[in-house]
Amino acid sequence: MSFLNYLVSGLSLGSIYAIIALGYTMVYGIAKMLNFAHGDVIMVGSYVCFFAMMRFELPPVIGVLLAVLVCTILGIIIEKLAYKPLRSAPSLAVLITAIGVSYFLQNSALLLWTSNPKVFNSIVGKGSVNIGALSISYVTLLTVGICVVIMIVLTTFINTTKMGKAMRAVSEDKGAAQLMGIDVNKTISMTFAIGSGLAAIAGVLLCSAYPTLMPTTGSMPGIKAFTAAVFGGIGSIPGAFLGGILLGVIENFAKAYISTEFSDAIVFGVLIIVLLVKPAGLLGKQVNEKV
Amino acid sequence: MIKSVKIKDRIEKSVLTYISVTAVFLVFFVMNMTGALSSKISGMLVPICVYVVMALSLNLTVGIMGELSLGHAGFMAVGAFTGTSVTMMLSDSVSNSAVRLIIGMVVGALFGALIGFLIGIPVLRLKGDYLAIVTLAFGEIIKSFFSNIYLGTENGSLRFSVLQNNLDLSEENGKIIIEGAMGIRSIPKTATFLIGYILVMICLAVIFNMIKSRTGRAIMACRDNRIAAESVGIPVFRYKITAFTISAAMAGAAGALFGNNYSSLVASKFNIDTSILILVFVVLGGQGNMLGSIIAAAALTVLPEALRSFADYRMLTYAIILILVMLATNNPQFRSFFEKLTGKLKKNGKEGGHES
Amino acid sequence: MKKVIALVMALAMVFSFAACGNESGSAETVKIGCTGPLTGPAAIYGQAVKNAAEIAVAEINAKGGVQFEFKMEDDSHDPEKAENAYNALKDWGMDVMMGTVTSAPAEVTAANAYADRYFYLTPSASSTNVTKGKDNVFQMCFTDPNQGSGAATYIAEHDLADNIAVIWKNDDSYSTGIRDTFVAKAAELGLNIVDEETFTDATATDFTVQIQKCQEAGADLVFLPMYYTPASLIFAQAETAGYNPTWFGVDGMDGILALEGFDTSLAEGVIVLTPYSADDTSEMNQNFVKAYQEKANDIPNQFAADAYDCIYAIYQAVEKAGVKAGMKNDEICTKMVEAFTTMSFDGLTGASMTWAADGTVSKSPNAVVIQEGTYVGL
Repeated sequence: MSFLNYLVSGLSLGSIYAIIALGYTMVYGIAKMLNFAHGDVIMVGSYVCFFAMMRFELPPVIGVLLAVLVCTILGIIIEKLAYKPLRSAPSLAVLITAIGVSYFLQNSALLLWTSNPKVFNSIVGKGSVNIGALSISYVTLLTVGICVVIMIVLTTFINTTKMGKAMRAVSEDKGAAQLMGIDVNKTISMTFAIGSGLAAIAGVLLCSAYPTLMPTTGSMPGIKAFTAAVFGGIGSIPGAFLGGILLGVIENFAKAYISTEFSDAIVFGVLIIVLLVKPAGLLGKQVNEKV
Repeated sequence: MIKSVKIKDRIEKSVLTYISVTAVFLVFFVMNMTGALSSKISGMLVPICVYVVMALSLNLTVGIMGELSLGHAGFMAVGAFTGTSVTMMLSDSVSNSAVRLIIGMVVGALFGALIGFLIGIPVLRLKGDYLAIVTLAFGEIIKSFFSNIYLGTENGSLRFSVLQNNLDLSEENGKIIIEGAMGIRSIPKTATFLIGYILVMICLAVIFNMIKSRTGRAIMACRDNRIAAESVGIPVFRYKITAFTISAAMAGAAGALFGNNYSSLVASKFNIDTSILILVFVVLGGQGNMLGSIIAAAALTVLPEALRSFADYRMLTYAIILILVMLATNNPQFRSFFEKLTGKLKKNGKEGGHES
Repeated sequence: MKKVIALVMALAMVFSFAACGNESGSAETVKIGCTGPLTGPAAIYGQAVKNAAEIAVAEINAKGGVQFEFKMEDDSHDPEKAENAYNALKDWGMDVMMGTVTSAPAEVTAANAYADRYFYLTPSASSTNVTKGKDNVFQMCFTDPNQGSGAATYIAEHDLADNIAVIWKNDDSYSTGIRDTFVAKAAELGLNIVDEETFTDATATDFTVQIQKCQEAGADLVFLPMYYTPASLIFAQAETAGYNPTWFGVDGMDGILALEGFDTSLAEGVIVLTPYSADDTSEMNQNFVKAYQEKANDIPNQFAADAYDCIYAIYQAVEKAGVKAGMKNDEICTKMVEAFTTMSFDGLTGASMTWAADGTVSKSPNAVVIQEGTYVGL
């Protein structure tokens, strides 16, 4: 039974990684940049939801919507001010700018909301469903559920809508897409908006499951989710989902059965082995080079 | 014809780099000797050397080889822990602190090279962001390894254990060196600016010679067009692993210097933030541009300290400066504006030169 | 191109340095310097120290006698930055150092202060290595070994548990230090430790596995040598898992009740070994809590109380030794060390504290239990 419990908590952690990883992967797939500030957008989303719920005593749903709204706008602003001027610059320059944005968000949060941790109350309340000796908390159910829903909605969106088509076209070949009359800038802004909105949801779920909120809350899950995105094959939406879930489960099993000290090392070790066997991640496309 | 001009340019560039580094060193060395520097600056001289070497060595991977590495702090950790352990062990048998430090740095470089070689074998088979994430993973593994080991000496023999402190050192003869997460403590401060400068110069010499050598040319050929390079029969992998190993060795030496500069050394220092910081130096200074790396590493090490008067807004200002500098140096509009400006200056300068 | 900009930046910085170079100690005030984390994950501890120290300095200056000036530099809980921060304080013209907030950076600044002869009193760096072999370095908090063995002794004496589990942060020297001595002392006293679990900075959000393993091992008491932020997560997640052992914390646990949004019922029955509690009814403490709330809109924690005591202890020693503003730092150091080892100090965190020549303080931790959201003495 304890095995199942470890599995469930691993799934819960993994779903959160997966939602964050979806944001990473979308932005990477379309803008070809590693948005290191993604983790900090998560933190901003959690703070917005926290203040909406605790200070203004708004219902959780409004809090979440507000967080999504704020993060979406924030994502668009960041893209406009920091990344758009660098559209033609080498990708490393954009990476460093993203790191600058990450520092900026963290330190702004430190000044605005102080370093004192806030304790986040779960948006669905405490309590759990018990099936025999197995207990699954509401938060876990919600997290896994939302994660699956987001994955399905995103895949449908990318595959069926006009905007989704434009996104796929931009990710394939920016220049050709532009020639075909696709507004590349708008498409990229849209991608950032969706990615940041997802970050807000991820933030709320992260803090519901692990209820401490600090200016640095987003950075470590951000890096783990980035790892998950690469694990699954960066740029691939099902890949990010699979990568996130696997990372969470492996991390928890490593802690449970091998050693809590080395759980991170084990997670990264598995990642290395997977990438050596499948160099483009689990579900990534192996792009053949043109000669 | 074109090629020979390029090589000539490069030689001049290397000479320029040697001269400017030496000139700056001499100024600060003399000022430090005469006590003209504030303690803040004199305390930062050694770390600046360390970060300059880290930036140079990463530039070899990122700039010359064209591969993104996010785990460079891992090699620094290897050098710092092995090198500092050695200087601690030798503290009784070797009395001259400079000799002890140099032995430590050599050991740090050797271990750095060994680990770099071992990691390079799998890593260099990957490409692009996948290579980056695997280096990040190795960096994190190295960090958690050093957070969990215990090392001590007793009567000249080494004792080693993982996870738990099972060393059972005796009170009078035993000496604990690495204490898990608490790292190495009570390290005598032996690092000096002079040795830091020598290390920078050695690294520069190695890198410039390497760029000129067959290895360097092969690596750069591969960076610019891998398929073309492979098709003319260049054993790309062999050259790449050589460069990666050298890069790791330099990082190891820098780590050993770093470890011997502070009385306490903890593994958590060598996390992804440090790796990224070094990457920022390289990108800001310009990939493949060694003098640029040196200036960027020095400037960005000093910057957060120079901003102390901003008090609470210090790190926020740092972030804004970082973003603005990246925008200013990479945005086409900004660049063309500056190029026009400097173009004019250069033109004027040249004309002036002719007249005299 | 980039080079030009970078060069200009570098030059500008060198000049800005030159502008704020060596200032000699001003003649009117005794300058107290401090380094601690004001940014990064540990910022909360540095902020608490800063607020409390500023309150104490303002109170002392209002008395009109010796005038203090306090300056705190950020070290981000990093030994390297701590050295820079220390040097910045030296340039500022520091006379006395009120230590460094966290242990690993404190080992660096204490070694420097020993070499440069600055009197050094740390509020909260509890590692024994901070004071070891340094005649001028003193601690306001008690040491890690003291806490670890104190906790084990308390548990054994009161027969609190049959099976004990420990959850500790194995990349942190505070947590590791207490855990090591706790385990050693527990073995000596015949306590039964059934399980040990760890976490690191990178894994400090998800404790479900650790909690479940403690539960499966049948532990009826869990010892938590850590700060209160991870502890609050452990309580919340243990409740979800339906696990309710006796929780036993050390001084880092203090502050948990003041966490914004924390459901204090989760901490019901938690035993904390701490020399300070914000609910203490003494007049001195009530005034301090009031001043702190006005300044920081928050309840002071252990760190704040230790920092407040530090400033007052320095004040008492300054008065006793007859230290005047404008004296050389090594002269101040010698006088202060002499005064410090021979005086007795009453503060928020203990009455008639004295310091041994090795720098450790004699005060005893009190066990308190959390009941209905407040501490109750045991």
